Amino acid sequence: MSCTCQCNKQQENDIKKDASSWQSLQELLEQYRGKKGSLVAILQGVQDIYGYLPQQVMDYLASTMKIKPAKIYGVATFYTQFRLQPVGKYHILLCQGTACHVNGSERILTAICEELNIKPNETSSDRLFTLDCVACLGCCSLAPVMMINEQAYGPLTPDKALKIIRDLAASEQQVCEGGKKE
Amino acid sequence: MKIRIGLGSCGIAAGASKVKESVEAEIQKRGLDIEVKDTGCIGMCHAEPLLDLIDDQGRVFTYGYVTPDVVKKIFDEHIIGESPVAKYLLSSPDNGYDFLSGQKRVALRNCGIINPEDLQDYVDHGGYQALKQVVTQMTPEEVISEIKESGLKGRGGAGFPTWFKWDAARKTPGDIKYVVCNADEGDPGAFMDRSLLEGDPHSVLEGMAIAGYAVGANQGFIYCRAEYPLAIRRTELAIKQAEERGILGKNIFGSGFDFEISIKQGAGAFVCGEETALIASLEGERGMPRLKPPFPAQSGYWEKPTNINNVETYANVPWILANGGKAFSAMGTEDSPGTKVFALAGKIKQGGLVEVPMGLSLREVIFNIGGGIKDDKKFKAVQLGGPSGGCIPGELLDTPVDYGSINQTGAIMGSGGMVVMDETTCMVDIARFFLEFTQSESCGKCVQCRIGTKRMLEILERICNGEGREGDIELLQEIAVKVKEGSLCGLGQSAPNPVLTTIRYFRDEYEAHIKDKKCPAKQCKSLITFRIDPEKCRGCGSCARKCPAKCITGEKKKPHEIDQELCLKCGTCLDACPSKYQAVTVE
Repeated sequence: MSCTCQCNKQQENDIKKDASSWQSLQELLEQYRGKKGSLVAILQGVQDIYGYLPQQVMDYLASTMKIKPAKIYGVATFYTQFRLQPVGKYHILLCQGTACHVNGSERILTAICEELNIKPNETSSDRLFTLDCVACLGCCSLAPVMMINEQAYGPLTPDKALKIIRDLAASEQQVCEGGKKE
Repeated sequence: MKIRIGLGSCGIAAGASKVKESVEAEIQKRGLDIEVKDTGCIGMCHAEPLLDLIDDQGRVFTYGYVTPDVVKKIFDEHIIGESPVAKYLLSSPDNGYDFLSGQKRVALRNCGIINPEDLQDYVDHGGYQALKQVVTQMTPEEVISEIKESGLKGRGGAGFPTWFKWDAARKTPGDIKYVVCNADEGDPGAFMDRSLLEGDPHSVLEGMAIAGYAVGANQGFIYCRAEYPLAIRRTELAIKQAEERGILGKNIFGSGFDFEISIKQGAGAFVCGEETALIASLEGERGMPRLKPPFPAQSGYWEKPTNINNVETYANVPWILANGGKAFSAMGTEDSPGTKVFALAGKIKQGGLVEVPMGLSLREVIFNIGGGIKDDKKFKAVQLGGPSGGCIPGELLDTPVDYGSINQTGAIMGSGGMVVMDETTCMVDIARFFLEFTQSESCGKCVQCRIGTKRMLEILERICNGEGREGDIELLQEIAVKVKEGSLCGLGQSAPNPVLTTIRYFRDEYEAHIKDKKCPAKQCKSLITFRIDPEKCRGCGSCARKCPAKCITGEKKKPHEIDQELCLKCGTCLDACPSKYQAVTVE
């Protein structure tokens, strides 16, 4: 049963405010239109566009694709890749695989958490860094390893990991200052 | 003259891109005529970045630990001066390298040799010949019988005969059938599939196309985990190139056989390595396993007959068809013919990817090829099979590596992750580590798996926290049996293995935790204390500066002290203390 109030319309208008993302979302839906079994791929596409799965977009998907919101939410929460919160500019994936574990990944975790003052699955207050722990990045001979925006770093020590993060933070600082000068 | 640079994920992480830039800069600066070729990973991940220099006589010199400075040296001394840079030379025509010479490379035959982004290079190394021969000269039955002759077993973990799966999918009636490649390599500590897809994606595509011909499928999917961006990129490129050349697509080699392949990205769920869960995920659902039978060969993707094999299995297929099943079964043992790729990692000197004939002993793999234990510490155990496997102790190091012998130890062959542990690894902590993984990855369908793994994890956590009780070991064993018996899929059936094997071989460590409240390996935080020996401390302040908790205090040049209330037990002070003082101790 479709609802008779205007909530769907309202929701659509809210998402449309971000015009370029809206455009990409429509292209994504067009690409998978009529292809059954595409829900995982569509959610991956949405995450590529928005950086996470916004609640409103999931609700919009449910109404346009005629799928129950519960099902979309069920799939979104089943897989570790999907995020219901926005991520920072730098997404740190800290490997917790066996090889990394025996080579001291926990100490890297402690150091990063202290440095950024966050816990795993959280984003730093400046929205630059999000820290996630992952099962294995498959770079086991470089253990312990982390990956930041698809670039792998290893073998790490707490000091090395902090240097990488501080360098990234410093490069952001420069960009900001450079911007001000102009 | 040619230069090859290994640009796998691990090589790039170690700085191979910079090495490549400096090689190109040197060539340009010196005006030399040298071809630079990108390759995947040869498997010597411990020595990355790697550089192969191939002289005009075709002799190969392999350099390891290469940096831009070393590149300059190689150009000055070897290329111009014609005498190799001995310090960084791993292997030369006169002097082989144990790591490589002990191997027999079938699945990895092209990894580190060819440019994975160049289809022609694969073809020049005999690629797609097997596919051409299969579709133009052989019947599907002949293909299956060749695979049967080879004795190839599934390399993903369970070790099911490959021909049997193909035959079942072939014999199930239906117009539409599918071939799926399982590249959802979820075992922590395993990276064979990543390396193969990064280093030689065409061999996997060729294997899939041959399987498609044998079972009667025209459509293939590669289900690859999203954590492998480079593998996905290179495989996508390989598919595109093969389509452009008419090797994939309609009417392959004029035979009338059509076959296309597409990639589907996994979204991160360990359970999706299980066939039926993988199919559910391919269909866009939550990846939860279902009861078998019907097997995927009878009713799989969209209820059509579906053949699912692992990446490494497919990579073996073209070699088998090109060289004959007999040549493959001549290697290895009777129970487990052929070769197997292992990912050597953990506390090992020469970690990386190795391919050896089945039947070699664990000792040979770890000590001869892997070079032994890092920092010459004492070997304690090797973990095989990831979260579904177990820990094999030192007394069983002479166990031959084949499916049957490994199963007898309580571990499993698994997909080939081999994580080596030394005396500083706590076996109770390892059991807890794996249980934490399987517990969070359990899909929740079966009660025994969902709740049983949770209860087991709680018990292991309390043992590690020094709150273990008398009878906990027996309780773990009791729940373990129930979880094994009451679970539908391999995840639950094998989740207790790491716990059971560590109890079997390292019961004394469990007892030390429970009875004496001690962690013999000095890893479990609640059971250890860091102290600074006032006799040895010179008050240099290194530890205090690095301590993340800022809990070390003391005057300059006077003995420092750790505030035990605030100490995180991270061990930073232990590393920070200069080796000439060694003032920090763990108890």
